[in-house]
Amino acid sequence: MNQTFTKSMARNIFFGGSLFFLLILIGLTTHTVTVLPDRDNRQNITPEVALGKKVWEDNNCIGCHTLLGEGAYFAPELGNVYERFGRSKEAIKGFIKSRPVDGIPGRRSMPQFNLSEEELDAIAEFLKYSSEIDTNNWPPNIQG
Amino acid sequence: MKYSSQSVAKPYFIAAIGLFVGQILFGIIMGLQYVVGDFLFPEVPFNVARMVHTNLLIVWLLFGFMGAAYFMVPEESETELYSPKLAIILFWVFLVAGALTIVGYLAVPYATLARITGNDLLPTMGREFLEQPTITKIGIVIVVLGFIFNIGMTILRGRKTVISMVLLMGLVGLAVFFLFSFYNPTNLVLDKMFWWWVVHLWVEGVWELILGSILAFTLIKITGVDREVIEKWLYVIIAMALITGLLGTGHHYFFIGTPDYWLWIGSVFSAMEPIPFFMMTLFAFNMVNKRRRQHPNRAATLWVLGTGVMAFLGAGVWGFLHTLAPVNYYTHGSQITAAHGHMAFYGAYVMIVLTMISYAMPILNGRDAANSNKSQVVEMWGFWLMTISMVFITLFLTGAGILQVYLQRYSETPQAFMVVQDQLTMFYWMREAAGLVFLAGLFTYIASFFVKGEEARLTPAENVVSS
Ligand code: HEC
Ligand code: HEM
Ligand code: HEM
Ligand SMILES: [Fe+2]
Repeated sequence: MNQTFTKSMARNIFFGGSLFFLLILIGLTTHTVTVLPDRDNRQNITPEVALGKKVWEDNNCIGCHTLLGEGAYFAPELGNVYERFGRSKEAIKGFIKSRPVDGIPGRRSMPQFNLSEEELDAIAEFLKYSSEIDTNNWPPNIQG
Repeated sequence: MKYSSQSVAKPYFIAAIGLFVGQILFGIIMGLQYVVGDFLFPEVPFNVARMVHTNLLIVWLLFGFMGAAYFMVPEESETELYSPKLAIILFWVFLVAGALTIVGYLAVPYATLARITGNDLLPTMGREFLEQPTITKIGIVIVVLGFIFNIGMTILRGRKTVISMVLLMGLVGLAVFFLFSFYNPTNLVLDKMFWWWVVHLWVEGVWELILGSILAFTLIKITGVDREVIEKWLYVIIAMALITGLLGTGHHYFFIGTPDYWLWIGSVFSAMEPIPFFMMTLFAFNMVNKRRRQHPNRAATLWVLGTGVMAFLGAGVWGFLHTLAPVNYYTHGSQITAAHGHMAFYGAYVMIVLTMISYAMPILNGRDAANSNKSQVVEMWGFWLMTISMVFITLFLTGAGILQVYLQRYSETPQAFMVVQDQLTMFYWMREAAGLVFLAGLFTYIASFFVKGEEARLTPAENVVSS
């Protein structure tokens, strides 16, 4: 590298640049957090939705599925499954409830989680809440 | 070995390689489950295999980073390690905690694991890559803090070089950003936003400092190029990494509920993220070309150059491929993401750890600088088998991804996820085959440690230092 560009110049760019952009990131993050209420559907976070998120996490659904495009790519996107299932919480519950314990021969299988009726309601409510977050129109279509 | 306490690095490296084998075995199980859906079901459901695969990856890379630090820092600081005993204790704590966690994943249903480890007290589980029980997370924090204390005290006590300071900054950053894994609000959007402060700010932020400093250290050792030159490069690389990578976080804020100005910020800054990776490629090749001496460890030289190339391909090229918002709109959460994740993690972090091991292991085994020629040839076979098969894994997943995106998201008549997956089986079979070659390459690599023979030395004609 060029002789006129010294090591201490490089060091200053590193410290100055990093600090500058870290501060901008923190600033923008703070701003985002303040405007999120307009988009993140928080008015619909009920205790039931909170339980639904807990059921979601305690059973590691993210290990097979994506949710808003993040997670695993083995099974369908669930951020919009509420829409895909015709806005029917019953259909979602029915699907989860009816998974065979030993899977479906030859087909990618979803476990039978033996969820209680309360947990099933909660997870369906959580998926409904997720589907109503403003995601800049993602996914492109109903198939997720 | 210049300082006897450097020898604590050895168990770290051995554990890293052992866990690496476990990671790949579970990768191959999942690869089969992709096409034979009920393979090992319900004993090892896909999500369990995936946790084991990704968590083993993270844990063995951390073992590798720690081993690298224990090897580098005494030499850089020109003093013995502050406490070799602490390093050994932490090694066992980390290994046992890691093993117990993996056993937990495999032995009981995840919900049971969450219950018996008290997840309700401080729920942090059930999020991608952060599946570890909360107590394991706390254990990781304790181990990492003890480790940073040990490294920090050593640096304080001795010579302070740019390389060891950059390494230390990277390690402190690693610990600090990991703390965000304890923040898990009910609000899904906030949860996802700050989840990336662990994941993105690790691999496209502070880990690049660790990567850069290990790269710089091995290049100094192998090429004998002047430290001043190397350190200047290092500063420029990590400056570019953070200047682009911090706001580059925005490429994950396109479609998770965050405001739309991130479409611009994320696209623009992450589009520049390949720059530091390209500079690493230039750095490695330039330094090797300008070398002031030959080094008898040719395998280590190969690893260093390989890291430069593959990190750029995986992170830079495959990252750029899907980082602009209009592209990511279609590729988000598809096999394209998986293709990129594989080559980036392999090219940058797997390869830098293997570079360090390649350089350090002969020395830790009491040799002057290198293994026998025969052993190096076997190691280089391992290098090529693993690297080429990873290129193919990436290409097959990219093929699958393009087709998936077209059929499911782009065409006039979008098809359902499962229907589309059925049409990709050919690609998945080929990925699985490449995965088996990867495993063969890994075994070849491991075999090289057991190949005996006289240490490779330079001929008198080669053994000169030029200015
Ligand atoms: C081991 C992997 C796995 C895990 C874990 C898993 N699923 Fe699934 N899930 C699947 C697969 C595979 C399908 C597609 C099944 C089919 O079409 O036959 C699916 C389908 C679904 C569907 C229907 C989606 C659609 O569009 O057809 C819903 C709803 C669902 N899962 C919810 C859940 C919830 C809630 C959890 C966590 C409690 C969960 N899944 C955990 C594998 C999994
Ligand atoms: C050193 C080599 C490897 C590395 C660094 C690696 C890394 C990873 C990472 C980071 C993920 C998470 C991906 C994401 O979320 O985008 C993942 C998932 C996965 N890996 Fe690997 N992996 C390696 C080798 C393999 C091999 C050899 C196979 C199989 C043949 C494999 C199969 C898989 C599968 C099937 C998934 C799950 C993808 C999904 O979510 O659907 N991996 N791996
Ligand atoms: C060594 C450095 C890198 C590593 C290890 C890495 C790894 C990963 C992994 C594992 C994911 C998947 C995360 C998930 O499961 O949701 C991911 C996503 C992503 N990466 Fe990287 N990455 C690196 C660098 C980069 C760079 C430099 C870019 C841009 C130029 C980039 C762009 C992206 C994008 C856009 C996504 C989101 C994909 C999606 O929407 O599904 N990455 N990366
Ligand atoms: Fe990222």
